[in-house]
Amino acid sequence: MAVIRDVMPAFQLFQPTSIADAQKLLEQHAQDAWVMAGGLDSFDWLKDRIKKPKALVDLSGVEELKGIRTINDGIEIGAMTTLTEVVRNPVIQQKYGLLGQAAELVASPQIRNQGTLGGNVSQDARCWYYRAGWPCYRAGGNICYADTPVGRNREHAILHAERCVAVNPSDSSPALIALDAKFVIRTPKGERVVDAEDYFIGPDTDITRMNILQPGYLLTAIRIPSTWAGARFYFEKVRDRNVWDFPLMNVASAMVLSGDSIERIRIAVNGAAARPLRLKAVEDAVRGKPRSPATGEMAGRLAVQGAVPLQFNGYKIPLMRNLVKRSISGVQEATWAS
Amino acid sequence: MPSSEGKPGPQKFGAQYKLIGKDYTTPDLYAKVTGKSKYAEDFRADGMLFCKLLLSPVPHGRVKHLDLSKALAMPGVRAILTQDDLPAPADSVTDLGAVIKANKQGEKALTMEPLYQGEPILAVAAVDEWTAAEAIEKIDIEFEHLPFVVDPLDSLRPGGPNPRQEGNIWVKQPVPAAQPGGKPPSPPPPQVGELKWTAADFAEMKEGRLPMGKAPDEWSYGDVDAGLQAAALVLDETFVTPDTSHQTLEPRTALAYWQNGKVFIHMGTQSTVQTLAGMGRWLNMDPNQIVLISEYTGGGFGSKATGYIFAIIPALLSKKVNAPVMMRISREEEHFIGRARPGFQGRMKVGFSEDGKITALDMFTICNNGPYDANGDANASGLVVSLLYQPAAMRWRGLTMLTNTPPRGPQSAPGGMQGIIIMEPILAKAARKLSLDQVDIRRANAPEGKALWGPPRDGKRAHSTSAFLKEALDRGAEQFKWKERIARPKKSGTKVRGVGVSSSAFFAGSTGYDGLFIIKPDGRIAIQSGIGNLGTESISDVHRVVAEVLGVPWEKCDVEWGNTSKNLPWTCVSGGSQTTHAMTRAAHAAAMDGKGKLREIAAKTHGGRPEQYEVANERVFRKGGGQSMTLAQAAQRAIQLGGIYDGHEAPEDLNKYTKASIAALAGQGLVAAAKDKYPHDGQSFSYVASFAEVEVDIETGKYHITDFLAVADVGTVIHPKALGGQVLGRSILGIGHAIGQKWVFDPQYGCTISRRFHHTKPPTILDVPVDMRWAALDIPDPETPVGARGIGEPPVGGGCGAILNALSDALGDEIYRRAPVNLDTILTSLEAGRPMQDPLTAFI
Repeated sequence: MAVIRDVMPAFQLFQPTSIADAQKLLEQHAQDAWVMAGGLDSFDWLKDRIKKPKALVDLSGVEELKGIRTINDGIEIGAMTTLTEVVRNPVIQQKYGLLGQAAELVASPQIRNQGTLGGNVSQDARCWYYRAGWPCYRAGGNICYADTPVGRNREHAILHAERCVAVNPSDSSPALIALDAKFVIRTPKGERVVDAEDYFIGPDTDITRMNILQPGYLLTAIRIPSTWAGARFYFEKVRDRNVWDFPLMNVASAMVLSGDSIERIRIAVNGAAARPLRLKAVEDAVRGKPRSPATGEMAGRLAVQGAVPLQFNGYKIPLMRNLVKRSISGVQEATWAS
Repeated sequence: MPSSEGKPGPQKFGAQYKLIGKDYTTPDLYAKVTGKSKYAEDFRADGMLFCKLLLSPVPHGRVKHLDLSKALAMPGVRAILTQDDLPAPADSVTDLGAVIKANKQGEKALTMEPLYQGEPILAVAAVDEWTAAEAIEKIDIEFEHLPFVVDPLDSLRPGGPNPRQEGNIWVKQPVPAAQPGGKPPSPPPPQVGELKWTAADFAEMKEGRLPMGKAPDEWSYGDVDAGLQAAALVLDETFVTPDTSHQTLEPRTALAYWQNGKVFIHMGTQSTVQTLAGMGRWLNMDPNQIVLISEYTGGGFGSKATGYIFAIIPALLSKKVNAPVMMRISREEEHFIGRARPGFQGRMKVGFSEDGKITALDMFTICNNGPYDANGDANASGLVVSLLYQPAAMRWRGLTMLTNTPPRGPQSAPGGMQGIIIMEPILAKAARKLSLDQVDIRRANAPEGKALWGPPRDGKRAHSTSAFLKEALDRGAEQFKWKERIARPKKSGTKVRGVGVSSSAFFAGSTGYDGLFIIKPDGRIAIQSGIGNLGTESISDVHRVVAEVLGVPWEKCDVEWGNTSKNLPWTCVSGGSQTTHAMTRAAHAAAMDGKGKLREIAAKTHGGRPEQYEVANERVFRKGGGQSMTLAQAAQRAIQLGGIYDGHEAPEDLNKYTKASIAALAGQGLVAAAKDKYPHDGQSFSYVASFAEVEVDIETGKYHITDFLAVADVGTVIHPKALGGQVLGRSILGIGHAIGQKWVFDPQYGCTISRRFHHTKPPTILDVPVDMRWAALDIPDPETPVGARGIGEPPVGGGCGAILNALSDALGDEIYRRAPVNLDTILTSLEAGRPMQDPLTAFI
């Protein structure tokens, strides 16, 4: 049968106004349901007719899922809060600026006005073979088109590849991991709260999914504890264009110094693997060390240990090395004025 | 950070004119900014159907099984159009009466043997797009897979695959001998043939150099070998340029319906009048039976010069179902059918004297053409290089190779741009090797005055009408503070900065078209514009000349455009940067005709001789005082006089198209019409000197463009704001080629994997400095009455060249070997200490 793209197929549209209703719909339609937040990821899939859900559950009318609240220890951000709201929130700006910096570098202003934090962390891979509907591992097939001798894989993984070499394209996720955020998930069996880094999964766990959400699950909120409030933050996103581009790689770190030495630190990178990577070994290695260029260099080298380049993405190794270094010892800025 | 140092105040132009060189409110402005302007997609017609296309999933194949029954049985589906419904390709007749034979191997609107992934196979018309899409998914279609190739070098290898069953290259066919006493026969169309190189030809490829086997197209002048031998420095460089989609904001959407045997087509096209012939040829219809409505066009850049073949799909479907049909083209469809600049695999051997003069230049280009009609980019690249760098001796060789990739089309400075960006990094490297200043080496090789270009024809090389590139380089160096900038420190922290300068030029004008306007009995001037409204404002800019010459306020002029039923004059193609030059000439000619007729009417009315009368301030009056008449009175008198005065007769030398328009307009007032017959000996080119500064972060490879200036030599400035928009806008088009725009294919499957904007990465406005600057010399061209030339294309090569040169100034010559240059290229090359980019493979 012939294929056509760029015309949205028909589906049943549900627009619940409460979490309870949304959850009921998701349970009712189970495998047939598609959860839509801001729609930036969903509409691509739908318009291309590659994903054809029977029921679309549009969360845009669920007010409970929106907004940023102060809680006992830190803040709670509703999953449907837009990235623009995250960027503009004064508490985030003052205490959790790392997330604000990351959110502000997502795509373009228009996309940040529509895109949500929950959507940004839950978005699918952007591998151009997978997104074009090629029947690859991630799509349930038994081949990876990007990892062939001539596959075009400039934007693909250097770490933890397992049959699939796609990367996670989220900018907010590494910031949330560095801030030790907790993801609040409603499941048919009740609420589950998981650490940010445990929300994401690689192909070794499930090659067709990017996170732990199962049919019937709903990410409702992201909590940021005060543990890292006001810490020294570093976020950098490297992309081809200055706006409206996915990261080739990004890095996020939160650090607390004691004198000159690193008392505690969390570092995460994205764009290197199918899930945002928390660099636990690097954190352990630099803890107690002075925050110096030498520590940064050491951290960078350690971070890329075990990295395996594909034909066109070898640059990601020095890039990750340098980004991790900068996330610890900073950037040596130019002294000229302009 | 943007810098405002040295920023000049707004330049003033046209001191001797009232309107020329001045900004004004264009007649389409309010509609555009308020959204009232109607593009093809904005139109609706009673009972209108929609159609969707079934595109080929394979790069080369043949439909071996097709079952439409389930689709046709769907409620709401009205018709399916296939290649069987297409008219036979028609011959075309040039303006001079020469017949161009139709090429049966040329592109068709629909095909059962697709030659690229994304080629339209069939179209379904239904009550809405959703139904049409569902119907397409119900079509049972199977393809026989045929050999394919995306990289020309693969096809040139011994035993390499051919993109078409007949071969991989167009081959010219011999012209049959003329019958004694008969007219010379029309040359037969070229045929697809096969060209393979030998294994020995490919030996150099291992060294990263472009192999140079047999090239069917070649020209030269001077003694190239002697020039290279005498050179103090010879550089031999291979460079790959990107394939870049036009991706106009308005895709190739079209609406068509039939009334009284005529087909009405709403579409976006660069040229209004000149699109009729193309549509007529593709529909195999008399152009008189076609009405084209195109008041607004969302960009063309060469891809819609005279419309596009796919607009016949809704026209033919509409005829088949007897209802209006709208074909909306999606972004992905536009990627496939919307044309692109052909990428080059190029190599140049250039000899320099110690003072940087080019002693000889040996240029070799392979143009990746896609599967259909040959683009002229390869040859144009040599011609522009021969003009812009004035080598003492030059040889150009070229191949235009067919591949199973989407068809290319001319894109702003087609070929010239690719030639410039192959040459510019070589010139920059030579300057470094010879310890010469970058501006000085360009000055030393710049064309000047009546500069020679191209190979000799009939023993003589052609010349440009004028060239003030040296003045543009000087003005730019001063405004950009070149000397100060190159003396500043280059490295600080993780940042390295560099400055680059590039020369740029392209063809900028044609001649011989018609101007037409009417002085109405109420004294207003109705100007007929056959130019397309492609966003450059030339549609009204050129007609400012009429008001200037007649001494009429612009507010009294009404411009009619965008509909071929509105009696328009024969007009140039709005492509090749011709319009400002060609149509200011035509406007001037018509204005002089109008002026002459006004004087004659005054003399007939008030006595005396026409030359005793003067035209100014909306009056025609006797010199030194006495009788006068208003233009309104003269127009009324013209209607009484009839004949040549009110259009009941028309000058013999006008194009028949203009004559038909005049006949339809006759009696409405004083009809002024004339063909441009002003002398013109050289070829018109415009020139740009482009300057850029970049700042590179050596730890990430990411760079930012921190400053940009372009100085244009375009003759007389007609409309400063529009000129500035073109100079900077087209510079950005070029910059896109340097900083990231490209196509990516998977060679194993022959399929495009860069289908969307976030893959092909056209530049965004945040990728260029916020205060990009431009200037213009405003020196009139000596071979045209108003002195104005075109500007759309000349800035493109310079935009790219200046960035590439700024990068090598910052990082050295051992970084890149192709464009675009992205952070991955920079980072890996810096890590390795040598160029790490794959030197030759297409589409990485």
